[in-house]
Amino acid sequence: MTTIPISWYLAVAAVLFTIGAVTVFVKRNAIVMLLGIELMLNAANLTAVTFSSYFRELAGQILVFFVMVVAAAEAAVGLAIIVLLFRHRETLNVDEAQLLKL
Amino acid sequence: MERALFVIFALTAIVAALNVLLRRHPLHSALALLVVLGALTGLYVLLGAYFLAMIQVVIYAGAILVLFLFVIMLLNIRAEEARLERRPFFRWLAVPFALLLGAEIFYLVRTFEENPVPSGTSVGVTEAIGRELFTTYLLPFEVTSILILIAILGAVVLARRG
Amino acid sequence: MLKALVLSPLIAAGIIGIFGRRWSERLIAVIGCGSVGLSMLLAFRVFGELWSRPPEQRVIWEPFFSWIASGPLRVDWGFHLDALSGVYVLFVTFVGFWIHVFAVGYMRGDSGYARFFAYMNLFMFMMLVLVLADNFLVMFVGWEGVGLCSYLLIGHYFDRAYAASAAKKAFIVNRIGDFGFALGLILIFATFGTLRFSEVMGAIVARFPEPEALGEIGLLTTIALLLFVGATGKSAQIPLHVWLPDAMAGPTPVSALIHAATMVTAGVYMVARCSELYVRSLTALFVIAVIGGVTALLAATIGLAQWNIKKVLAYSTISQLGYMFLACGAGAFSAAIFHVVTHAFFKALLFLGAGSVIVALHHEEDMRRMGGLKRVMPLTYGTMLCGWLAIAGLPPFAGFFSKDEILWRTWTSPVLPEPWGRLLWAIGWATTILTAVYMTRLIVLTFEGEERFARHAEGHALVPRESPPVMAIPLLVLAVLSVGGGWMGISEAYTGGRIANGFEQFVRPALARAPVHLDPSAIAVEEPDHGMELGLAAATALAVLATLIWARRFYQRDPLRPAPRLLENKYYVDEIYEALFVRPLVRGSTVLLWKVFDVALIDGAVNGVASAVAACAAVLRRLQTGLVRSYLVMILIGALIVLGYFVFIGSRLPVR
Repeated sequence: MTTIPISWYLAVAAVLFTIGAVTVFVKRNAIVMLLGIELMLNAANLTAVTFSSYFRELAGQILVFFVMVVAAAEAAVGLAIIVLLFRHRETLNVDEAQLLKL
Repeated sequence: MERALFVIFALTAIVAALNVLLRRHPLHSALALLVVLGALTGLYVLLGAYFLAMIQVVIYAGAILVLFLFVIMLLNIRAEEARLERRPFFRWLAVPFALLLGAEIFYLVRTFEENPVPSGTSVGVTEAIGRELFTTYLLPFEVTSILILIAILGAVVLARRG
Repeated sequence: MLKALVLSPLIAAGIIGIFGRRWSERLIAVIGCGSVGLSMLLAFRVFGELWSRPPEQRVIWEPFFSWIASGPLRVDWGFHLDALSGVYVLFVTFVGFWIHVFAVGYMRGDSGYARFFAYMNLFMFMMLVLVLADNFLVMFVGWEGVGLCSYLLIGHYFDRAYAASAAKKAFIVNRIGDFGFALGLILIFATFGTLRFSEVMGAIVARFPEPEALGEIGLLTTIALLLFVGATGKSAQIPLHVWLPDAMAGPTPVSALIHAATMVTAGVYMVARCSELYVRSLTALFVIAVIGGVTALLAATIGLAQWNIKKVLAYSTISQLGYMFLACGAGAFSAAIFHVVTHAFFKALLFLGAGSVIVALHHEEDMRRMGGLKRVMPLTYGTMLCGWLAIAGLPPFAGFFSKDEILWRTWTSPVLPEPWGRLLWAIGWATTILTAVYMTRLIVLTFEGEERFARHAEGHALVPRESPPVMAIPLLVLAVLSVGGGWMGISEAYTGGRIANGFEQFVRPALARAPVHLDPSAIAVEEPDHGMELGLAAATALAVLATLIWARRFYQRDPLRPAPRLLENKYYVDEIYEALFVRPLVRGSTVLLWKVFDVALIDGAVNGVASAVAACAAVLRRLQTGLVRSYLVMILIGALIVLGYFVFIGSRLPVR
């Protein structure tokens, strides 16, 4: 039986994380930025599960469970804010939201 | 056999992730993320985390992402205009950033030797997770339920009209 | 009891100072004079106590509280009454009381009435502290305190620029002297490890049996001279005499109390208190005598040419103080103290009389605008005559006995080198003649002759009138003492050696004997030459009488005779000081200290810091773009760096 080296899983997670980070960087649309954040979260989840599985520690999966819960809460609230933003400005371009500028 | 599955799922995930990044319409990006989540589910199963795989499908893909889709369609978002990025600085910054990040992570990853696990005996059986959740991690469990409640309230208050 | 004596004026000063603004003049007067009166009564009582004891036991010591206990330095407040401080306390409170009473009338209607009496009482407190202190440091507290009160009182009319400047001048010149005094203090402490008079003088007597010879600048000489610098400042001797004439800008009672009777004699007190020290330094004694003599002569010459009545009296004070220091320098400390007492009587009288005249003429002080006042102010005139004759030194008035005592001691001084004893006697003698001349001039110009005063002042007619009783009674009291106060110190020569000099007998045990010799029995017991003494005294008295008669006629003929320019301008000393010291100092301060240090360096540093902060802020402000994406970027790059740290460096750290 062939088994998969742990580093492969970790590599995949790393790539996903990087892509998620770049998405946050580059995109102007607020919703897409949130998607990128979700992507990063998932990559982290994958890492946790990988370690949990390979070192036979259940704690990693419990962590992922809670991360998902929190991610759900965060997505809900974040989207509510975006809806609010859209209502006020008719645009989802984050560059337009510059009220914090000194 | 396993390796083949792994490669399929991994590649799907990566390609879909790239789509999230590169698509212009937010709807396409969201759907691409859906594909990523699905691929990840497969990977979880490969790793023996059955419970989490189900949770991923039901909650992450099935609720969170659907919420995203609802909002996108509700707000009737068009595709991003392909006008000039006013601050190309960030675009140009992304590449070195990605490279650096990747380099760091890969540096870390190299330290791990092969540590295979027989995929028969898996750790993530539902019963096991359930037992842990309700004994050792009972407090965080209850706290997160309150957290969700607060999130609901927050979302309702924020998105109310008037 | 000594505590009550000293603290009474302080408490009154505090009360008047705090509440006086809302009180009537009468209440303030009662409290202000009452406190000094109480001190005076206590002084009599305590003096009586002293008198009743045998001479060896005439010391009362009341410790008060422990003040400084820091390492080797231990200074406590305690009050020490012996013959010397007893005499001082007595006349200070007595004269002070009568001057306070006079001031009740003089200062009537003044807006700063409460402030005046508060400061006067504060002054009395400080003077008593000075006199009754049992150690150098507490004495220094009193020393500085009287200087402070002098400043406050000279500047009583603070809305007049001249008065304010005069106050500053007094304080600053005093300070210069105080610097020398402080150095002397430090040297004393460094040498003897203690500051208490009894201990220091005892140590001096024990460790220094032989005096330091003339020209030898040893330890004792240095200390003595440094302390004398302080005395020079406080008692207005050359070269630090310049503040006293300008101090006349203050109200006349202030001039009487502080600048005639009490504060200026503090220097003499100090020298007498440290007499054990001074007799062991022939150099210091010589310096003191010479300075005293020269000051006496020069001040008298300047007084001859002044037109302001108070300035004449000021220079007269400087001159008489010179006499006192001359006596100290000749080793005749008891004679010096005797003259201090008699001088307090007649100088205070003269000042108060002048004050009476000034008030009657609506604050006119220039003698050219006086004259003929004897007709309208007979009581003032009569008392001033007493003061005039007393200061001139005509027997049997008070000044005669004290001055002659000084002259005789100078002539026969065992500590001054030949022929300086005789030379200084001659200087003193000449000064006596000059004193007679300028005082006669003052009397003639003020009271005799035709009336030159203005008929109108401030809109209404000016009719000079005699002073009210509250001002007249002090004049009478002091006049009586000026006439009869000298008998207590009459030299034994007048009785052929049968009755000893009472004053001297009383004060002597508290002072050192000069000269100092290793073997007391080796001092040749000289037969005191009574004949010579009487002869010189008679000659002096006749000369004075002749001078008085001549001067009276001289000035009556032409009262407004112009005075020599040099004398009128006080030998240009003020101008010289201005050019030598004041101007370079001001220039240096302006150019160097102000422009360079304050403006460029300090302001530059402070403003520079502010500008630097502003500049940094301007730069850092660019970070706050308000742009979500840039914030995100910053977060992510930060995360990258932290991750990098842990990846590359953290992993190498030893695991605990």
